[in-house]
Amino acid sequence: MKCDDYILRVEGLKKHFVLRRSLLTKILTRERDCTVRAVDGVDLVIRRGETLGLVGESGCGKSTLGRTILKLYEPTEGKILFRGEDIAGWRGKQMDLFRRSAQIIFQNPYASLNPRKTVRDILSVPLLKRGVKDPKEREEEMVTLLEKVGLKPWHIDSYPHQFSGGQRQRIGFARALAMKPEFIVCDEPVSSLDVSVQAQILNLLSDLQQEMSLTYLFIAHDLSVVYHVSDRVAVMYLGRIVETAPTEALFEDPKHPYTRALLSAIPSVDRETRRKRQILEGVVPSSIDPPSGCPFHTRCPQAFTECRLCAPRSVEVDSGHHVACHLYV
Amino acid sequence: MLRIHNLTTEFPTRRGAVRAVEEMSLSLQRGQIMGLVGESGCGKSVTLLSILRLVARPGRIISGSIHFEGRDILSMAPAEVRRIRGADIAMVFQDPLTTLNPVFRVGEQIRESLRVHRIGTGRTSRREERETVLSLMKEVGIPSPESRYWQYPHEFSGGMQQRALIAIALACRPKLLLADEPTTALDVTIQAQILELLSRINSERGTAILFVTHDLAVASEFCHWISVMYAGRIVEQGPVDEVIADPLHPYTEGLLRSIPRLVKPRRRLSPIPGDVPDLIGLTNRCSFESRCDRRMPECAERPVSLVDVGGGRHVRCILYE
Repeated sequence: MKCDDYILRVEGLKKHFVLRRSLLTKILTRERDCTVRAVDGVDLVIRRGETLGLVGESGCGKSTLGRTILKLYEPTEGKILFRGEDIAGWRGKQMDLFRRSAQIIFQNPYASLNPRKTVRDILSVPLLKRGVKDPKEREEEMVTLLEKVGLKPWHIDSYPHQFSGGQRQRIGFARALAMKPEFIVCDEPVSSLDVSVQAQILNLLSDLQQEMSLTYLFIAHDLSVVYHVSDRVAVMYLGRIVETAPTEALFEDPKHPYTRALLSAIPSVDRETRRKRQILEGVVPSSIDPPSGCPFHTRCPQAFTECRLCAPRSVEVDSGHHVACHLYV
Repeated sequence: MLRIHNLTTEFPTRRGAVRAVEEMSLSLQRGQIMGLVGESGCGKSVTLLSILRLVARPGRIISGSIHFEGRDILSMAPAEVRRIRGADIAMVFQDPLTTLNPVFRVGEQIRESLRVHRIGTGRTSRREERETVLSLMKEVGIPSPESRYWQYPHEFSGGMQQRALIAIALACRPKLLLADEPTTALDVTIQAQILELLSRINSERGTAILFVTHDLAVASEFCHWISVMYAGRIVEQGPVDEVIADPLHPYTEGLLRSIPRLVKPRRRLSPIPGDVPDLIGLTNRCSFESRCDRRMPECAERPVSLVDVGGGRHVRCILYE
C-alpha cells in the first residue's frame, strides 16, 4: 500500500479522559478517579477524495475520534499520519499548516458561531491566518466564499441570529473553506436541520467536494444520510471500529452482528428496503468500564465464550470489507 | 373518539400574531395510530397541547372545537379537563429528562399519576399501588423493576427514561395517548425498541395514539394514518401507505424527494428550495406557494380549503379543487 493514496491514516489511536473526583466526593462516596475510554484502539484510513462515513450510537466515541484526528484533543496513544507523516510532534508553524489543510464543521450551528460577531468577523479570522492581508482582497474572497456556499454577498454584515439553521451551517462551511483545506471532518452537519433543508446541505457538500476535491470524514448517527453521502462506511461501537466497507457492500451484506442490528433498526418509507427488525436487548455499556473481550458481546445474539475472553482482530473478509468479529476469524 | 374541528391557536407577539395552528381538523378512531408529520415550527406540538388545553399564555385557542368521546374539551370547566388529563388522554413528551422530576424516585413518579386519578374511585393501599406500578414497569420493559423503582431519573438511560414516561402515561389506562416526538432524542436501535413497545400497547390495549414526528420514515412504518402539516395547516391527510406511495400535495412530494432513501442507485436529492416561511403575517392563501414547483398565478389570489378527494384522503391544494 502506498501511503500517498491516503490523506490520513490512524493506527491504534486511543483517547482516554480521566474523570477526576474531588477530595470531598472521594471521601463521601468512595468513588475513585476513573477513565473514560472514548476512543479505544482505532485503525482507520481515509483516502484522498473520498467521503468516509462514521456511524455509531451516541456515546460510541465518533465525535471524539473526529476531534482527536485533528488534534483538537491530544491523543492518549497511537499514531496519526497525515500525508504519510506522523503529526504527533508537530507544533507551531507545522501545526498551522496542518490546521490549514484539515478543518472541521460542527454539529450545532447555533453554538459554533459567535453571536456577537458578523459574518465578516467570522470569516476574516481564517483568511487572516492564511495570510490574506489586503482588506480588498479579503472582502472579495469572502464574497466568493459566501456565493460558493449559497449565501448572498449582502449577508456579510449580518449576525448569526439573523440566519436560519441551514444558513448558519452554510456559514460554518464558508469558515472551514476559507482555509482552503483538503480534508474536512463533518461532525453531524445536518442532524439539527429539517429534512428539506438537510437535503440542500447534503447536495452542497457533494458539490463542494467535486469542485474543490475535498476529502470528508462524515460523522453521523442517521444511517440513511450516511448511505447517501459516503463512499465507504466505518461502524463504531464503544470506542472501536467494528466494521469498515464500501457503502453498498455494507448495506447489502453487513457482516458484524452489531451492524446488522443497527441497519435493521433504520426506519424507511420504502417497504422493499425494510429489513426484519432485530431488536437489540439492553443498552450500550459504559465506556468507563467496557466489557472484556469484544465490546459487543454483552448484547450480541451470537456471542460465544471466545468473545468474552479476547478482543477480535480486524480481518478482511472481502475486498475492502473489514470486520472485527470472532465469527469471521 | 377524538374530533378536532377548525382549531386555531394563536400566539401574540410584538410583531403580530403567530397562528401556530390554523383551521386544523382531524379525527381519530379508537385503536388508531395517527401520525402528525411536519418540519419544526409547523404547529405539531401546539396541536397536542391544544387538545389538553395546555397551551401556555399568552398563547390561546381562538376558535374551533375538540370533541373527545362526544364532549367538547374546549368548553369544559378546568376541573373537568383536569380529570381527563392523564386519565383518559395522556401525553408522552419528547425529552424525558426534562419531563421527569430529578428529585423523586422513578417508581414514585409513576405511582403519583395513579394516586392523582384514583381520588374518589375507592381507596387503594400504598402496597396495591406499588404492585400496579411494578407490573406497569414490567409491561413497558424496564428490567428488574423492584430495584429500578427506587432509582432516580439520572440513573436511567435515555431509552429507560422514555419507558418510564410511557409507564406514567399508561398508568390510568388512557384511551388516547398523545406522543410528542417520543423517539427523537434516542438512537435508532433504542427508537426501534420504543416503537415496538408503543405498537404493542396499541394492539393489546386498543389505545389510540396521536403521534407527532418530523421523521416521515418513522411515521410511515408506525402509523395507520398520517396528516402532513405545513406552516400551521394540514396540507394532506390519508392512509399512510397511500400517502407515501402517491403523495398528492406538492409539499408531501417534496418532502419525500428530499429524504435520503436506502435504494439503489443512490441519486442526488432534490430538496425543496427556500426556507419555512415566517409564521407572522401569513395570509389564508397557500403558504407553500413560494417554494412550490407547481404554483400557478391563482395560488396567490384565493384561499384554499382542505378537500376530500375520496378514499379517506384530503388535500389542501388548488390543483385538486
